[in-house]
Amino acid sequence: MSGATAAAGGPVPRKKSKVGSLERQQRISIRSSYAALSIFVVIFLVPPFYMVMTALKSSAEISAQQGNPWIVQSPTMENFIQLATDASFQRYFINSVWVTAMVVIISMAIAILAAFSLSRMGFKGAQVLSTGVFLTYLVPPSLLFIPLFQIVGTLGLINNTWVLVLLFPTLAVPFCTWIMIGYFNSIPKELDEAALIDGATYPQILVKIFIPVALPGIIAATIFAFTVAWGGFLYPLAYLYSADQATLTVGIVRELIKGDVFAWGMIMAACVMAAAPPIIVYTFLMDYYVAGLTAGATKG
Amino acid sequence: MANVSIRKVVKSYEGDVQAVKGIDLEIEDHEFVVLVGPSGCGKSTTLRMIAGLEEITAGEIWIGGDVVNDVPPRDRDIAMVFQNYALYPHMSVFDNMAFGLKLRKFPKDEIKRLVDDAAKMLDIQMLLDRKPKALSGGQRQRVAMGRAIVRNPKVFLFDEPLSNLDAKLRVQMRTEIKKVHQLVPTTTVYVTHDQIEAMTLADRVVVMNHGVIEQVGAPQELYHNPQTRFVAGFIGSPAMNFLPVQVVDDSGLKVQLADGTKMAIPPERVDRYGPYKGKKMTLGIRPEHMTETHESEKPGVQLMNAKVDVVEPMGMETLVHHFVDGVAVCSRVDPNTKCRPGEILPLAIDMNNMHLVEDSSSRVV
Ligand SMILES: Nc1ncnc2c1ncn2[C@@H]1O[C@H](COP(=O)(O)OP(=O)(O)OP(=O)(O)O)[C@@H](O)[C@H]1O
Ligand SMILES: [Mg+2]
Repeated sequence: MSGATAAAGGPVPRKKSKVGSLERQQRISIRSSYAALSIFVVIFLVPPFYMVMTALKSSAEISAQQGNPWIVQSPTMENFIQLATDASFQRYFINSVWVTAMVVIISMAIAILAAFSLSRMGFKGAQVLSTGVFLTYLVPPSLLFIPLFQIVGTLGLINNTWVLVLLFPTLAVPFCTWIMIGYFNSIPKELDEAALIDGATYPQILVKIFIPVALPGIIAATIFAFTVAWGGFLYPLAYLYSADQATLTVGIVRELIKGDVFAWGMIMAACVMAAAPPIIVYTFLMDYYVAGLTAGATKG
Repeated sequence: MANVSIRKVVKSYEGDVQAVKGIDLEIEDHEFVVLVGPSGCGKSTTLRMIAGLEEITAGEIWIGGDVVNDVPPRDRDIAMVFQNYALYPHMSVFDNMAFGLKLRKFPKDEIKRLVDDAAKMLDIQMLLDRKPKALSGGQRQRVAMGRAIVRNPKVFLFDEPLSNLDAKLRVQMRTEIKKVHQLVPTTTVYVTHDQIEAMTLADRVVVMNHGVIEQVGAPQELYHNPQTRFVAGFIGSPAMNFLPVQVVDDSGLKVQLADGTKMAIPPERVDRYGPYKGKKMTLGIRPEHMTETHESEKPGVQLMNAKVDVVEPMGMETLVHHFVDGVAVCSRVDPNTKCRPGEILPLAIDMNNMHLVEDSSSRVV
């Protein structure tokens, strides 16, 4: 404020101060954003950093009293090798991959079809139904797992990974549908009308227009479904009790924590390996996610 | 190619909104018909019913000898160009244009030939590989037209295709559309709220207002013989001036303004206006028929003095706004006029081009 007044009031405005104040403002805002972001980055990266460090240590080094716990003295792949060659760990990994793949496919198929019809078919009650879909997402899963036990018990799915393929979509579908409704609603109505006139059927409009145009939304929803299935802990803990059916999340806890003995090195190595697929998925899909595809559909 | 007939068509939306209130319209094969009217008068609704995008509440729409009320858009063999272009953003220009042909299972080389032909006609051959977001507004509009042309449909439908373009481009594209129609004379229904666009493009103009058709006619006919006060005021720019008058007989039939000024009605119109003697009516006179005086005036020209309020030079003409009998009116005068605000400008009113509106029915008599 005072800078602007000075520049305007002076008989010969100093060019430098006028330009400089704009630049300075920009610089200040950039620096403060960086400062704020750095705090976040540090807070979020400390646990993974500690996880990686610990995973690279031998049991002896972990339990050693001296030395800096944040730095690894003699890095070793011992924990990783031991886990990778462990038959039950391999089993958990495969179970997780299979459950996650199924959950993502099923959830996305349901969510896309539901969102398309809710967004475009314009039938009576579509609005109420969309709200209803979202409301179910607000019910915490921890309230549901006991009544669900009855249901999956009746279906004979206890201690079978199919139980997760059945249950995780109930957590993922509402939110994925909600994301997809938002994306589909942002596609101008003229686009499907043009396609209708061009001779497309509704399924063709969905496959040839909506899915490609809403790809960023589909990727966001896929990431969400992936996270629900890959990171889910409560349902596998409640419904899967034998080692050959467990997924990574519960398998790691069951196998590497025996009573009050924690195999810290291996726990952390397992966590690193369990975290790898989401990290890879996120980095790979993020590029598509950012490429805004909807630009240029209409004016502007 | 086909004719389109609209018979007693009504469209009501929920909540008892009647957007279209029973219209009849016959569109000939190859004809270019423009629906024009103010915002909300039901133009788009009518067009969308022809396209099949909007359910018809009552009445019938025929395309090429078939009732299409229950035929889905894809089977009506029509093409539509939207105001916001509605190009598929993830497809190249070529794919945008080829989409409809691919869905109709045209052979590949035929698709290529048709798209290339259309692209050549619209001068967009060099854009075929681009995505819509890499095109300017005018180019997008061409692609949207190309997408309509390639399918060689029975009917073209346009919904305000030029209103997103800047003024200069709009004029250019208007000519382009007319040229395309001369090359490919497909039956066309074109919606606009711009009466100049309507006049320049149309074989016949359909003026709509509040969900009804006010008048259908060739551009010149609407201009010279408007049938209602609405059409008289809507067609022509600047709009027609309206003055309250009374028809009187004072050694010949005359119209009299409230301030007592009398203007003689041309002899050949005396029979037509005779029955309205003594009635209060509205005189309609276009700005181009209220000009500055000349040395020798034609018969039927009425002279009058008017105090100039605002002068608007437009280059090829100058618009002068003034008050006649307390009513703001506009006249179109020579661009080299020297008149200034506040001055008195002698005006010549060409009564041969007068219109007389009956106030109770709003009809031009
Ligand atoms: N889906 C709808 N539901 C209810 N009323 C509607 C709907 N669509 C249009 N209307 C109403 O129907 C009337 C005619 O609309 P229409 O879109 O045909 O107008 P228009 O002549 O195309 O106007 P514009 O020049 O603004 O595009 C308007 O009063 C509008 O409010
Ligand atoms: Mg409209």
